[in-house]
Amino acid sequence: MATTHVETREAEAPPEPQKVLNDLSIQVATVNGSGSQTANTVLLRAIFQMGIPVSGKNLFPSNIAGLPTWFSIRASKHGYIARRKEIDFLVAMNPESAEEDVRELKPSSAVVYDERLNLKRLRNDCVFYPVPFDQLVAPICPDAKLRKLVRNMIYAGVLAKLLGIEVEEIQKALHKQFRKKAKAAELNWNAVRAGFEFAEKNLPKADRFFLERMDATRGKIIIDGNAAAALGAMFAGVTVVTWYPITPSSTLCETLTEYLKRYRIDPETKKATFAIVQTEDELAAIGMVLGAGWAGARAMTATSGPGLSLMAEFAGLGYYAEVPAVIFDVQRLGPSTGLPTRTAQGDVLSVAYLSHGDTKHPLLFPCSVEECYSMAMEAFDLAEEFQTPIFVLMDLDLGMNNWMAAPFAYPAKPLARGKVLSAEDVERLGLFERYRDVDGDGVGYRTLPGTNHPLAAYFTRGSGHNEKAAYSERPADYVNNMDRLARKFETARHRVPGPVLQEAAKAEVGIIAYGSSHWAVVESLDQLKEEEGLEASYCRVRAFPFNQPVKDFVRRHRRVYVVDQNRDAQLCQLLRLELDADDGKKLRSVRHYDGLPLDARSVTDSIVVQEEEK
Amino acid sequence: MVTTTTPPAPPKKTNRLGLEIAAYKGSRSTLCAGCGHNAISERIIEAFYGLGVEPHRVAKLSGIGCSSKSPAYFLSTAYGFNAVHGRMPSIATGTMLANRTLVAIGVSGDGDTASIGIGQFVHLMRRNLPVIYIIEDNGVYGLTKGQFSATADLGSMLKTGVVNDLPAIDTCALAILLGASYVARSFSGDKRQLLALLEGAIAHRGTAMLDVISPCVTFNDHEGSTKSYSYVKDHDEPLADVSFIPFFQDLTVDYEPGSATEITLHDGSRLLLKKLTSDYDPTKKTEALRVLTEAHDKGEIVTGLFYVDTKSKNFLEELNLVDEPLATLPESRVRPPKQVLDEVMEELR
Repeated sequence: MATTHVETREAEAPPEPQKVLNDLSIQVATVNGSGSQTANTVLLRAIFQMGIPVSGKNLFPSNIAGLPTWFSIRASKHGYIARRKEIDFLVAMNPESAEEDVRELKPSSAVVYDERLNLKRLRNDCVFYPVPFDQLVAPICPDAKLRKLVRNMIYAGVLAKLLGIEVEEIQKALHKQFRKKAKAAELNWNAVRAGFEFAEKNLPKADRFFLERMDATRGKIIIDGNAAAALGAMFAGVTVVTWYPITPSSTLCETLTEYLKRYRIDPETKKATFAIVQTEDELAAIGMVLGAGWAGARAMTATSGPGLSLMAEFAGLGYYAEVPAVIFDVQRLGPSTGLPTRTAQGDVLSVAYLSHGDTKHPLLFPCSVEECYSMAMEAFDLAEEFQTPIFVLMDLDLGMNNWMAAPFAYPAKPLARGKVLSAEDVERLGLFERYRDVDGDGVGYRTLPGTNHPLAAYFTRGSGHNEKAAYSERPADYVNNMDRLARKFETARHRVPGPVLQEAAKAEVGIIAYGSSHWAVVESLDQLKEEEGLEASYCRVRAFPFNQPVKDFVRRHRRVYVVDQNRDAQLCQLLRLELDADDGKKLRSVRHYDGLPLDARSVTDSIVVQEEEK
Repeated sequence: MVTTTTPPAPPKKTNRLGLEIAAYKGSRSTLCAGCGHNAISERIIEAFYGLGVEPHRVAKLSGIGCSSKSPAYFLSTAYGFNAVHGRMPSIATGTMLANRTLVAIGVSGDGDTASIGIGQFVHLMRRNLPVIYIIEDNGVYGLTKGQFSATADLGSMLKTGVVNDLPAIDTCALAILLGASYVARSFSGDKRQLLALLEGAIAHRGTAMLDVISPCVTFNDHEGSTKSYSYVKDHDEPLADVSFIPFFQDLTVDYEPGSATEITLHDGSRLLLKKLTSDYDPTKKTEALRVLTEAHDKGEIVTGLFYVDTKSKNFLEELNLVDEPLATLPESRVRPPKQVLDEVMEELR
């Protein structure tokens, strides 16, 4: 029966299709909870091992089992790793989403599908490859309970045959995935072979897409941003980790727990050089971080939007009482519960000013897994140098998806522990005033509880206080303290990471982006140049408060497009608050907020339309 | 001939560290004159002085409210953190995670604990973190001028005539159920009992929860209130006569064997409970809960040590932390070497 389909397809296929090499996107549509993640990861790794730049995006529902889920894999000889909007190869395993998924394909796409779904009838401008999954899985997996999970591995074999993925690399990836579970690896390998052999016999190649070994991934690693941030925290010497589970941040602390248990148990005493507490809520998580930071520990938590809302009061205490803290915000979509398993950059404005009164916080915007790692370390240094909460704004796309990257570098600098006075220091100075601006940079000196000197103790409070940390309601004391905090923020402006600039000569148009948008923007810059002849400059902002090079970038360009993954153009608004009014008028906004990782085409289209309107 | 001699000044009294009691005092209280909280601060000063705890090793923690202001009124040379409303437990937990060598004393109120802070209170008790947790309990919000809190007794009346129509949360019963390992109730006006219970709490290495009835002289010390001086004096029924003997003192207090229970605390100090009732055993949870329930039914306020458990692990022991403060571990112990990064990178290839 498979041949019937094949014949029909051949009759309608366009003649002599142009071969497309190492440049395609595969979308796998499955049912959540059916074990497709393993098959998808194995495919991703096999392509990676063939030296082809690759990226994977998991588009999953807020559900344990039953709802539709998609995984897109993009292979790109050009090295583009942003999501691609267009799908070239669809693997349709889910009856619920299959018809809609097929209807949305562009002509000449290919579809591998469960033959029971009979998708061929829907289009005559695509290539259809029906596969009898149930018939293939039964003989290789006698245990009916496991069939649902193994079944998906069959499409890995089918794709290997159709696209030219080397089966040896699939086998290698399988062994990496299952490590010590030899039986599971064998069972899955049989499924791959069954798929491969079926395709060999029954599915003549009729689409344009091919994968071929190249050499662009040598030495590289694959890791998700949450794991990268966890590694950064470990190498930053974190000692106290307190957290409350929330998607998409949970795996950051879970992975960190695994790493710390492996690498931070004292070899002599077998005791832990860290404390991890899963707390009762986010209020307790940030409260413990502040208690620990006050007492001198490098302390952190990780959360997402709703958790941050709960942390708001404590964030103000951290700012005003000047306590170091590191908070990772792995952003997700929407106000309220929103779409908790979809990505966004929607917390920028609320986190910049999180809490009541005059409060503001330094923010870091990592764009890559390397920066999740390096900025995690940077955040701990900044928190202690500036004695204030530092927020690292990641997002679901960066945090939970797998990214290809160069191996991380071992930190070159020692830990920067900030202005902490020992008992000897206090004795030598003969004086200690916690909130006095001794150095003129707005940053006072602190002592840690337990410091044995009669002058070293002070009383930390969220209520009004003077330079000596004593309770004060005097207007002059209040103003003095708030002005010093503002001065401290200005010092931080020069210290936080500066932007990464990519200037086009005499460009009128500039693009500003941050975080995970980077990957779509670099591809969009090429599209603009190649398709529109528009050469734009690019400024990737890496921190708030914005430093001078960011302001200069806006000044140098006539029109500046600010790319935000939120509805309200949050970074754009934040820039307007800090720029001169004339420069603020140059800003235009490119916004994306459907919950899917940003793609280059969306950026390009938005800029082209606005350029036409000039 | 008349010779006038000035008698030599008596030597100043000091504790075993050679410190005078002045070293344990705080700044002047800004609470109302006669406030029960001030009496509690006095007992805290005496307890830390008497046991010779080094003030710089003490972390004083609090939330928001009249009670939470009081850490400024004792141990000026200790480190203090006055945080946000109802969240002292998390600050205390973080502090002790960072530096387990500290002695943490948290001061809260009934609103700060039983209303806004009940969530963090519950989980602190459950973790059995080494901390002295004092509720200065007057059943009323002082700083916002006299609203009921969740420990106000059913039927209790405010000055304004408002009657409380919800039952009180018994923080002692709750703490015992949840896993606190030293749970007591006292009265701010009972100097001897409160001092002994505080000293026992300092020697204990787990969560020591003390609910101290502390009448509010401004908003809750009138007829109709069940937390007024006169009401508590009339209805207080001590469970046992509590004496505390620090580990560095020989046992000289007289007691009749058979009529008292002796509890050895973690540092070797001993608590002597001279029984007023014949069958009370403070190491049994069920007994403690029975006494609290019966007293509640009779409208009595039982004071004394309800429950003590010196065997169960505290939170820091559960976490298997190194002995030194995590906060000040050197870089060589908290940043793994380059080989570790290389190993992890190899796995990710």
